[in-house]
This record gives sequence, structure tokens and C-alpha cells, in this order.
Amino acid sequence: MTAIQKKAHNPIAHLTATDIEELGRELDAIRDRVLASRGEADAAYIRKVISTQRRLELGSRAVLLFSLFPPAWVVGTLGLAVAKILENMEIGHNVLHGQYDFMRDPKIHSTTWEWDHVSPAEQWKHSHNQLHHTYTNVLGKDNDLGYGIMRVDEDQPWHPVHLGQPLWNLINACFFEYGIAAYDLELGRNLRKGRHKAPEFRARARAVGRKIRRQFLKDYVIHPLLSGPSFLSTLAATFTANLIRNLWSHSVIMCGHFPEGVETFEKTSIEGETRGEWYLRQMLGSANISGSRLLHIMTGNLSFQIEHHLFPDLPSCRYQEVAPEVRALFARYGLTYTTGALPKQVASAWWKVIRLSLPNRSTETPAPPPADALPHGPQERQDALATASV
Amino acid sequence: MTTTVPRPSGRRTVRDRLFRLAETVTTPLLPDDYLDLVAPLRSGAALRGRILDVRPETRDAATVTIRPGRGWRGHTPGQYVRLGVDVDGVRQWRAYSLTSAPGRRDGLISVTVKAIPDGRVSNHLVRRVRPGTLVQLDQAQGDFVAPATAPRKVLFLTAGSGITPVMGMLRAGVPAAADVVLVHSAPTPDDVIFAAELRGLADRGAIRLVERHTDTDGVLGVAELADLVPDHLDRQTWACGPVGLLDAVEAHWAAHGAADRLHTERFRPTVISPGTGGDVTFTRAGVTVAADGGTPLLDAGEEAGVLMPSGCRMGICFGCVVPLRQGAVRDLRNGEITTAVPGDGVLIQTCVSAAAGTCDIDL
Repeated sequence: MTAIQKKAHNPIAHLTATDIEELGRELDAIRDRVLASRGEADAAYIRKVISTQRRLELGSRAVLLFSLFPPAWVVGTLGLAVAKILENMEIGHNVLHGQYDFMRDPKIHSTTWEWDHVSPAEQWKHSHNQLHHTYTNVLGKDNDLGYGIMRVDEDQPWHPVHLGQPLWNLINACFFEYGIAAYDLELGRNLRKGRHKAPEFRARARAVGRKIRRQFLKDYVIHPLLSGPSFLSTLAATFTANLIRNLWSHSVIMCGHFPEGVETFEKTSIEGETRGEWYLRQMLGSANISGSRLLHIMTGNLSFQIEHHLFPDLPSCRYQEVAPEVRALFARYGLTYTTGALPKQVASAWWKVIRLSLPNRSTETPAPPPADALPHGPQERQDALATASV
Repeated sequence: MTTTVPRPSGRRTVRDRLFRLAETVTTPLLPDDYLDLVAPLRSGAALRGRILDVRPETRDAATVTIRPGRGWRGHTPGQYVRLGVDVDGVRQWRAYSLTSAPGRRDGLISVTVKAIPDGRVSNHLVRRVRPGTLVQLDQAQGDFVAPATAPRKVLFLTAGSGITPVMGMLRAGVPAAADVVLVHSAPTPDDVIFAAELRGLADRGAIRLVERHTDTDGVLGVAELADLVPDHLDRQTWACGPVGLLDAVEAHWAAHGAADRLHTERFRPTVISPGTGGDVTFTRAGVTVAADGGTPLLDAGEEAGVLMPSGCRMGICFGCVVPLRQGAVRDLRNGEITTAVPGDGVLIQTCVSAAAGTCDIDL
């Protein structure tokens, strides 16, 4: 893909500024309706998921105390992997978004929650909720576009280091939670700019260190020790469960913004962005995963990435409900709702990582079109946006 | 103030060590988070209770019987308890007078709730809540209580649900040797909460009961007390009811120099002084909202999604107290301004305080 503003066929060129504001109002109406009906069912849902997750985790860890026995190893490992996935995806991610803050339950609240992850909740909330969700898919602003280690857009400059990015991506997938912790710390940038001695950075790094130590102690020392003779097999089991969780969440998250069909935006395009334009960027900058209810729960409903990006603080269990309406809006406004089955979306995202490890081929490089040849071309669209937002 | 007898130190360290070990296994959660799944009322848990029974008292009032958690420390007759109830999925805290006698053999407590129009929690408790529901509890509080040695002559002056703390005292046997008069107002005979029990006490001669049915006889005026209870100013008096009644009673007792014999409990704050409002920043939540001078900071914060501690919402229980780091707030009950400069941590009650300019709240 290429920044939407440079494309020969701009997918939003047919929309006027008035259309975009009307689109924004329609989305606001959907949001208001869900907010008005938010309540007991949503609270019961998240409590049920939390209680199921805790029972599953405790049960799986108990089974793993006998992990020398192979069936126990398999059952315990799978159970623990599923518990960790639920904890990170459907519970952690969504609670930390404040989706369930309305319950006013101090035990289930974005300001008090801590998750089974090496990145402290506080740091993740900043890089994810504040940066990624605000600057979604804006080149040079949204570090989720390649996590600062990969090139996932033609408009990101190529560097020889990108030749290795299929490998970096695989390693990142296996140790994804550490990748996220480094990302939340902005480790690369802080090291490059020599800010690693700044007290603020050091305090945050220490917090990550404490979190890693606690997570490591639990999974790789205490739990194996409690397993007695099963020490080594439990160690292997918790490592495998973490690996499965990492691979799964990495795959799901890659499907959110990397598959073909997802649009990116130039840095200047968000200056003076209106509410409608922000919505439009979220609509085009995200991709869904189609599948069963179980898949939706296991992805933390990030299979409804489009709906999540439009309404990041609505309870996750409502995305499925609003999806048909959102999709109808896409159709009515002539926009493409990017979705596909998990294997297809994962393959699409991986293909992009592989393809863009090489420099752009000249045929793919979009030449700026002559302004007179495209009466509804990107430049005019830009002007219209600029006028609309003045 | 509460003091606890220290445990033998040896046992304590073993227990602490075990808990610390358990914490390393449950991190980032606490062992409590898992225990709560199976034993929410155990000792050491956050104080909760389980609703066992909801029994209608009148067409709009009901008595809710609760089994409190093991940490419940009991109450003094006349006190109230803060209840945290999930209504439509949202936790709401309210204070209700305890109507059960303390130290019941079965360990149960009860509150009696009158559904007020548009009252989210009261209507939920009276009409919708099911036995088995867990509620959050706080320890009993309040100084609207009878003294340890019962005075010789007592007057209870109540209206509507104002009878509830008094019922707590009556059931605890406060009138044992005393001369007790109860003057109670309700719209109709059917609206009298605990009617049968009160009339029974009167029939047995334990109390003298004056029932006032305001739909037919009009609202009780303090001037009428001279006829109804001629020696009312000589009696230790506990009054509980609507603002109008209490204001009149307080003025009357003060005018006759008997204010020291009057004890009152208010259900609603008297709002007299809306101020100018301002931007309120909840510093730890990182949220800033524009609040007007008539909106309690508690409401403004909750509206903005800040996790606000709360309680009675009428300025009596201090469950909502948080530090004001800088700025000015106005007490909605009396218009008093409280200010804080950077470095301060003036404790304010958010339920009866509104912004009187820009303020930073440490939450």
C-alpha cells in the first residue's frame, strides 16, 4: 500500500467534506445507542470471562504439577496457553482500554488492572491507547506500522536492514511480549538518541525489569519448583504456553493493520482533522478477521478491529453486534470493508512483510498523477479536506 | 479508632511468608483474587455480604437481610452501613440505616430501604434484587446512636424512612426502662414502615406511639409538639426525616435553648449555594472536565469515567473524601469555600463539593 493521498485511485475521492461529516454523525449515533444500553449484560459478560479465565489458569497449573505424565503435559499446556490468551486479549487489552470502567468496580478498571505480560499496564496504555489509537496508520506517527523494526508500507523508506525483516518478524512473533515491552519503552529510539541515561527512561526500564522478574519467577521458577520431579517438563510447558500465546497474539495483531487493502495516511493529512475524518481514517486503516464466536473471543474481539478502532472504549462484547451496521455504512459510502479468514489475513500480512523487505519495484512506485488528469484526484481531495477543516 | 491485638510474631511471619510465596505464583493477581471466586465472605477478604432475603414492608419499602462477611465488626443501634450494589452493571454506593438488633445469634444484619422516585439503588433493592446477590459492605458508621446508658425520657421524631435508624434502636431494647415517645409521620397508615411492630410495642406499653398520616392530617408542624408531647424539650430527642422537618426541629430546639438534647440524622444535603464552576483535573487519572458550580465533583468525576470513591452522597459518611491538591471548591450545603495551594492535600468530600474555580484532585 501507499499513503492514501498519493494513490492514483484514491478510495475516498468520491466523498465530499459534507459526506464525511455525515458519516461521522452516523457513527456517533451507533456509539450513543450502545452507550445508552451498556449495563448489566456487559458487566456479567466480563465477570464471566474473568472467572472462567482464572479457573482455567488455576486448573491448568494444577494439572501441570504432574506434567511428567504426558497427557497432563498436553492438557495443562494447552489450558495455560488458552488462559494466557484470554487474559491478554479479551480481558487485559479491553479492560486496559477502559471498556469496562463504567462498572465502577475497582477490581476491573483500567487504572488498577495489571496483566499477565512483561510490559507494565501503565506503559502499554500510553503507547497503545494514546499513541496508536490516535495516530492509527499515519506514516511517521504510528509506530505500530512495523513496530519501528520493519517496513510495512511502500512509503516507508527502504534500508538494507529490512532485508532481514521476515526473520525479525518471526523472532518478534515468538517473543512478542518482550517485543511489546521494548516497543512501549521506545527502546530503540531512546538508545539511538542516547536517552538511556535519562531518569525518566531509567525509571520506566526498571518497572519493566521488575515486571519481567515477577513473570519469569512465576512461570520459570516457582511453578516448576512446585512440580517437584516434574520440574523440567513444567518448565517446558510454561515456555510452550507463553510461546503459543505470543504466536497467537502476534498473528491476530498483524491482521489488524498489515493485510492488503488497509490504507495508510500522510503525516500532514491529519492536521486539523475533523471527527468525521478521524472516523474515516479508522475505517480504512483497520482490517477484520471473519470466523466463529470462539475465534472472536480468543482474539479479544480484535477480529472486529474496524469496530474496535471506531469505538475503542465500547465493551468488546458489543463489536459483533454493531458490525453489520458498520459494514452497511461502508457499503453506503462506497468504502471497502477489509476482512477475511484468519489464515488468509495472516498470509496477506506476512506476504507484505516479505515483499517490502526489498526496495519498491519501479512499477509499484506511484508516480504523482498530473493534477488535470484526475479531476477527483488526491490533490483536490486534500484541498477539499484542508478547506473543510479550516 | 480501632486497635487490633497483635498476633504472636512467629505465626505472623510464617503466614506472611506463605502469602508472599502465593503472590509469586498468582502475580500479577493476588491470591485474594482467586479465593474471591469461591469464598467471597471469608475473613481477610474485602468486606462483602450476601443478600439472603428481601421482605416487603410497605408498597415501596423492603427489608433486605444480609449475611455479612467474616470481617464484619458489628454495629451500634442507630448506625448506618454503606452498601455497594451493582445496578445495571454499575457499582453504586449508598448508606442505609441498620434496622437489625446488633449481635443477632445468626449473625445476620438487615437494612430497610424505601424506594424513592428515580432512586436507582433504592428501587433496585426494593423491587429487583434477588437473594444470593453479593453486595459490597463497609463497617457500620454514624453517631446517630443512643448513649450507652439510656436516658430517662426519650422522644423519637421521625418521618417516612426516618424510622429506620430508630427501629434499630427500638429493636436493641433502648426503651428498656425509659419513657419513650415516638412521633412518626407517613402519608397513610399503609405507608408506615414496621407498622405492626410499632403498634405492637405501643399496645404492650413499651412506647407511646403518635402516628401522623400526612395525606389526611397534613404535615406535622413543630408548634403542634407542644400539644402532642408537652415535655418534648425536656426529652433526649432523636429526629430523622426530610430536610424540611429537620430544619424546623433544629430551629425550634435551638430557640428554646435545648439544642444539646437534640440529635438529628439527615438523608439529603441541603443545597443552597451553587458557585461558579471550573475545570477539574483528576491528576492520577489524567482526566480534565469542565464542571459547573452546582454539580458535585463526585458526579462530574463519575461522568468522566474516573473511579471515584463514594458513599452516602449526602455529605455524612466521608466515604468519598480525596485530597484537593490545588484550587477551590465550594461546599454545596453551606457555600463555604475550601482552597488548596500546590503542596497541599486538603481533604474534601466530593459528594457535597463543587468546583469554585480550577482544581486539581489527587485521584
